[in-house]
Amino acid sequence: MSAGNILLWVIVPYICIATFVLGHIWRYRYDKFGWTTRSSQLYERRLLRIGSPLFHFGILLVILGHVVGILIPESTTKALGVSEHAYHLSAVTLGTVSGVMTVAGMAILIYRRRTTGPVFSATTTNDKIMYVLLALTIGLGLATTVLGNATGAAHDYRVDVAPWFRSVLYFDPHTHLIVAAPIGFEIHAISAWLLFAFWPFSRLVHVFSAPVGYLTRPYIVYRSREAVTPRRGWEGSRLPVEPPG
Amino acid sequence: MRVMAQMAMVMNLDKCIGCHTCSVTCKQAWTNRSGVEYVWFNNVETRPGQGYPRTYQDQERWQGGWTLNRRGRLTLKAGGRVKKLLNIFSNPLMPSIQDYYEPWTYDYEHLTTAPAGQATSPVARPKSLLTGADHKITWSANWDDDLGGGPELTVNDPLLARVSEKIRLDYERAFMFYLPRICEHCLNPSCAASCPSGAIYKRTEDGIVLVDQDRCRGWRMCVTGCPYKKVYFNHRTGKAEKCTFCYPRIEVGIPTVCSETCVGRLRYIGVVLYDADAVLTAAATPDVKDLYQAQREVLLDPDDPAVQAAAEAAGIPRDWVTAAQRSPVWALINRFQVALPLHPEYRTMPMVWYIPPLSPVVDQLRETGHDGEDAGNLFGAIEALRIPIGYLAELFTAGDPAPVDGVLRRLAAMRSYMRDINLGQPPRPEIAAAVGMSTAELQDMFRLLAVAKYDERYVIPPAHPELGDLRERAHELEELACSLDYDDGPGMGGSGPFGESSGGPAPVAVETFHALKTRQTSDRLTDASSSRGRVNLLNWDGKSSEGVFPPKPTASSTDEGDAP
Repeated sequence: MSAGNILLWVIVPYICIATFVLGHIWRYRYDKFGWTTRSSQLYERRLLRIGSPLFHFGILLVILGHVVGILIPESTTKALGVSEHAYHLSAVTLGTVSGVMTVAGMAILIYRRRTTGPVFSATTTNDKIMYVLLALTIGLGLATTVLGNATGAAHDYRVDVAPWFRSVLYFDPHTHLIVAAPIGFEIHAISAWLLFAFWPFSRLVHVFSAPVGYLTRPYIVYRSREAVTPRRGWEGSRLPVEPPG
Repeated sequence: MRVMAQMAMVMNLDKCIGCHTCSVTCKQAWTNRSGVEYVWFNNVETRPGQGYPRTYQDQERWQGGWTLNRRGRLTLKAGGRVKKLLNIFSNPLMPSIQDYYEPWTYDYEHLTTAPAGQATSPVARPKSLLTGADHKITWSANWDDDLGGGPELTVNDPLLARVSEKIRLDYERAFMFYLPRICEHCLNPSCAASCPSGAIYKRTEDGIVLVDQDRCRGWRMCVTGCPYKKVYFNHRTGKAEKCTFCYPRIEVGIPTVCSETCVGRLRYIGVVLYDADAVLTAAATPDVKDLYQAQREVLLDPDDPAVQAAAEAAGIPRDWVTAAQRSPVWALINRFQVALPLHPEYRTMPMVWYIPPLSPVVDQLRETGHDGEDAGNLFGAIEALRIPIGYLAELFTAGDPAPVDGVLRRLAAMRSYMRDINLGQPPRPEIAAAVGMSTAELQDMFRLLAVAKYDERYVIPPAHPELGDLRERAHELEELACSLDYDDGPGMGGSGPFGESSGGPAPVAVETFHALKTRQTSDRLTDASSSRGRVNLLNWDGKSSEGVFPPKPTASSTDEGDAP
């Protein structure tokens, strides 16, 4: 195992995972005020009405597909009676549909962001980095799937990429598995790790505030005046400091 | 019966001259920041007119507030929880910036930097605050002020559409009045019900509806949910903001900025007690025309010993009950019955009430050569002039003219009765009797509407420190303000490490409000050596320069030695 492989497939993933987890905890503790979707709907809504649901529902399907394809081992689906052919067919269909939805939605959103004056003005450098990483990851992911199946030589990622990913989560990285995978999958994986590392510092944090609690909570929220948010850790004492007199 | 206390307001529209002082001071206090350039927590609309944002009262279009479903149960007009979540990625019912107006500034710098000796004088061109590009101004928060723009703008008033056949829009018969609006701090707030994050809450102590800036995630459903469109989206921070009823001022017993600065002294602030258990039943009253009555009945009589006992059991402090007894708001709503809620048909139980204007009727009489203050003429005119009454009924009683008629008659009776007294003529008790009031009640009402001094208009019990250490907790109260650099031009720049406006909001300096209260109510000047006495320039009352400047270095040490 070369040092390069160790760096790419052991060190980078764990640094990214640690950044992802600790970054979210840190951001949630110290920057709740900055934790928002930062919607640009106020500026423009016609393109957003098409692009945003297309992208978001698409990416939710993509995430679902990744959970099924990567986190669930092949042996489990086989034990459940899903044949290889059935799995492949549904994976390719669902993957293509959701991938096309996501990419089309993203294209509309990026076009909108670039061409609508107020939206472009409100785009920060942070947003631009996020867009590059996100577009790269999604594009590579869709490209490997589509190209693989179009050339008829679809790579079975469930024998190398998926077990390697799970092995990383078990803290027992089987690096030889990913090294054997096609280059498209490798770049997709690296770009995804970088996206995860950047995630907590970008507006993507809004993913973790999906308001599912809304379905069950009472409509009107009552709070006491005293139930105000506690002071943030970095703020220190706010006692008035008098100049020596 | 579950007694709760609510800070409520009444505005006497007869006194509003449309000067917009309330709007300007409110903006100066709360929304003079980037991201909320287009936001007016307090705005004054000319009626008839389109309002701000344009046609916000057209709930068939904007779907704000509550409605009754087929089973007669209250439900959000814009759809239930599942529908809200499915539309979370793009809210089809949210007004765009053009429905408010695109904020702009002027390129003043050009006036000083333009080269000399040009054929034409340099001009300051309007620049959009959203893009920084040249901007053509076509609308603003108050474009149709004083019926500006004429009938072609006025005709888009959603209320006129409902009374149109009775309305003559030609200028000879035109009528107008001003409608100042703030957040209604509803008993059944549909903005709070629409918030997926649960960030909008109603305070149990005083009923003020606030947005928790740390919990808001910018889903924008509250903007749709509020039928008055009084929740706004800060496009820089990505969070919702709304009128706070100036809670840091209310907590120390001084009125809101809009009330304090109102030159017509038309606003009244007081506590009302209400039965929290009765709110939803009242809001679900089947006939919209019964909603005004139902809303009045939710309020509890603070003089009733049973209510007092229940209030005590509910932990409402004794001085709050006393304040509720003295409350001008309670008197205007239930004792004199001259205050009406704004759009009760939205079923949110709004808590900013209005005394409808009699002046369109009086003006009409005067213009036609009649005595505008004669009781007989006035009563006749109220009956004959269906135009204002039909319109006012659309605003205040869901289209039912009877309560508006009753209010205007009581106001007319008061005018006529008091005029006789002022002119030294024998008072005519039959005028009072004609509107079902005693002469004493009429005099009391006159006192409250015409003479009321500061402490009669504003009966605001301060928040209770013993229910939590105010001095200490006050530091933690947060204002909506975000202390980022925002003067570096529109759009780009000024962003925190994680994009716009990350970091914490600046705290409200409650000490400043305590100091303000002390300065306003005491005869001696504040001790400038203490930071508590330091003056926020925005609140400076011009009484003295004490507290504005730091102590002079030459001052004797005893002057400065008592700093805490």
